[in-house]
Amino acid sequence: MGSGRLYLAVAVGGFRRYATYRAATAAGIFTNTVFGVILVYTYLALWDEKPHLGGYDQAQAVTYVWLGQCLYATLAIQGGGAEKDLMERIRTGDIAVDLYRPADLQLWWLAGDVGRALFQMLGRGVIPFVFGAVFFPMALPTDVTPWAAFVVTLLLATVVSFAIRYLAALSVFWLMDAMGVNQALMITGIFFSGMVLPLNAFPGALGEIVRVLPWAAQLQMPADVLMGETDPLRAYAFQAAWAVVLLAAGRLVQSAATRRVVVQGG
Amino acid sequence: MEDEEAMEAMEAMEGAEDTEAFIELDGVEKVFDVRKKTGFLKRERRRVRAVDSISFSVARGEMVGYIGPNGAGKSTTIKMLTGILTPSGGRLRVAGIDPSRERTRLAHRIGVVFGQRTTLWWDLPLLDSYKLMRRMYRIPDTRYRHNLDRLVELLDLSALLDVPVRQLSLGQRMRGDIAAALLHDPEVLYLDEPTIGLDVISKAKVRDFLRELNTERGTTVLLTTHDLQDIEQLCSRVMVIDHGRLMYDGPLAGLHEVGESERTLVVDLERELPPIEAAPARVVRVEGPRQWLAFPAAESAAVLVARIAAEYPLVDLSVREPDIEAVIAKMYAEQAEKADRAEQAGKAIS
Repeated sequence: MGSGRLYLAVAVGGFRRYATYRAATAAGIFTNTVFGVILVYTYLALWDEKPHLGGYDQAQAVTYVWLGQCLYATLAIQGGGAEKDLMERIRTGDIAVDLYRPADLQLWWLAGDVGRALFQMLGRGVIPFVFGAVFFPMALPTDVTPWAAFVVTLLLATVVSFAIRYLAALSVFWLMDAMGVNQALMITGIFFSGMVLPLNAFPGALGEIVRVLPWAAQLQMPADVLMGETDPLRAYAFQAAWAVVLLAAGRLVQSAATRRVVVQGG
Repeated sequence: MEDEEAMEAMEAMEGAEDTEAFIELDGVEKVFDVRKKTGFLKRERRRVRAVDSISFSVARGEMVGYIGPNGAGKSTTIKMLTGILTPSGGRLRVAGIDPSRERTRLAHRIGVVFGQRTTLWWDLPLLDSYKLMRRMYRIPDTRYRHNLDRLVELLDLSALLDVPVRQLSLGQRMRGDIAAALLHDPEVLYLDEPTIGLDVISKAKVRDFLRELNTERGTTVLLTTHDLQDIEQLCSRVMVIDHGRLMYDGPLAGLHEVGESERTLVVDLERELPPIEAAPARVVRVEGPRQWLAFPAAESAAVLVARIAAEYPLVDLSVREPDIEAVIAKMYAEQAEKADRAEQAGKAIS
């Protein structure tokens, strides 16, 4: 299909774009490794006090930490993915150029973000993860099946993560400023994705709630699938449902927003 | 291969629907509701007629200048022509297509260039953006290569193809953007301030290219600009819009009559003399034996010169054409005055 090749080209462009920032990638690898080490020792201390917190043993907790560092940039958990460029284009009015194109706006940005995610995974995510696997005991499967299931959840997680950030970016059409949105994205992303503590370990009603929010599809689901803590099919269904709902919401907001863009002139 | 065949079939169909008027606007208007903050939580709704019943048609292959002061409704018109904005009223067709209904289909047949915005991929080499255009417009391989070679040559891009767009100068980026808009052989090109911020040489390059594009490929061009030299050098026809209304549509030369402009006759006499009397011309300046006479642009200079030569000892003379910028500035000012008066009258009534 012709349009399939277009979005593939956009994805390749997204990948190459991020590949041009070598220093940023190196700095990212260093940061994620350092943060990983700090979090691992914190978690180990916590799990010493509370063994089997959230149903994880110590090796699983360590695995969760390094997976989080690996997916931190991949899923743009604190923001900084395609939505950053989109916000800037909306703010400056350059978005008008995108609207003239014979292409679907949402698919275009999704494709670019998937390309970006793939680069961040390979270029930035893998090294801290391997570092963790070498120096700390981890609970990684030796079988191929959980790894394959993990790849599928990762793809779905990428789509859900994009869909959240796309909605946030569209709000700039109304707010005309991205500062507040970016801060909200960062705080919600870090907390609700389980970057601070696995969502499984959240207590009571709060735990019940955070585990059904869309952010749970980002880090918690892939982690549980990899470590065999949940049924992969259940995870797919959960992620796919959120992906569909959020992408559809994105489309609705997008059509309202594009009707608005034109008022701003230029 | 299939792509190429489909493209040919499409071209055959385009030929069939090829009509005299390629762009047609009939009483097109666009009304916006603008909400203005008038106090804490209090908002006032105001209707703004950005485009107020505009009608014109552009034939295939024409090159038309579309000018007006900021906020006149130029961009709104272009947005309606490309289909990202739906008119509030009137009828609008481009190549027989209703743009807002079939935006994507039309997009394959038009090219858009904004001087102040870019469609190019900021962090990647220029060529990457062109490869993307090829996918986006589904340009067949042979056509893509042919068009790219031609554009690279004409716009002098060969040394820039591997350079990331962010490293290009404004003039280089502009040429890169123009090439990006033309890779898919659009039948019409909308240019919004294509020479803004460019130096003299870059401006000349862009203008030369546009002239060639129009004469050789027959591409219809609608050019929006504040640089009247663009219009003077490129367009045989100009449309002036202000406050959403079309104030003038015709040849550039005709603007003088509408703008009630004056030409200047400079005469050198044998000696210092009192101001020449030759109505409707009037002397505006005297400097020794040299006198400057202003007369309506529509009057014949020949008749005036003959009269002066018969009555005065004439040594030398020259005629100066009015400055087009002055003419247009005068038109805008008059329009603004009218609007002010209308507003005053409106206030007096309420």
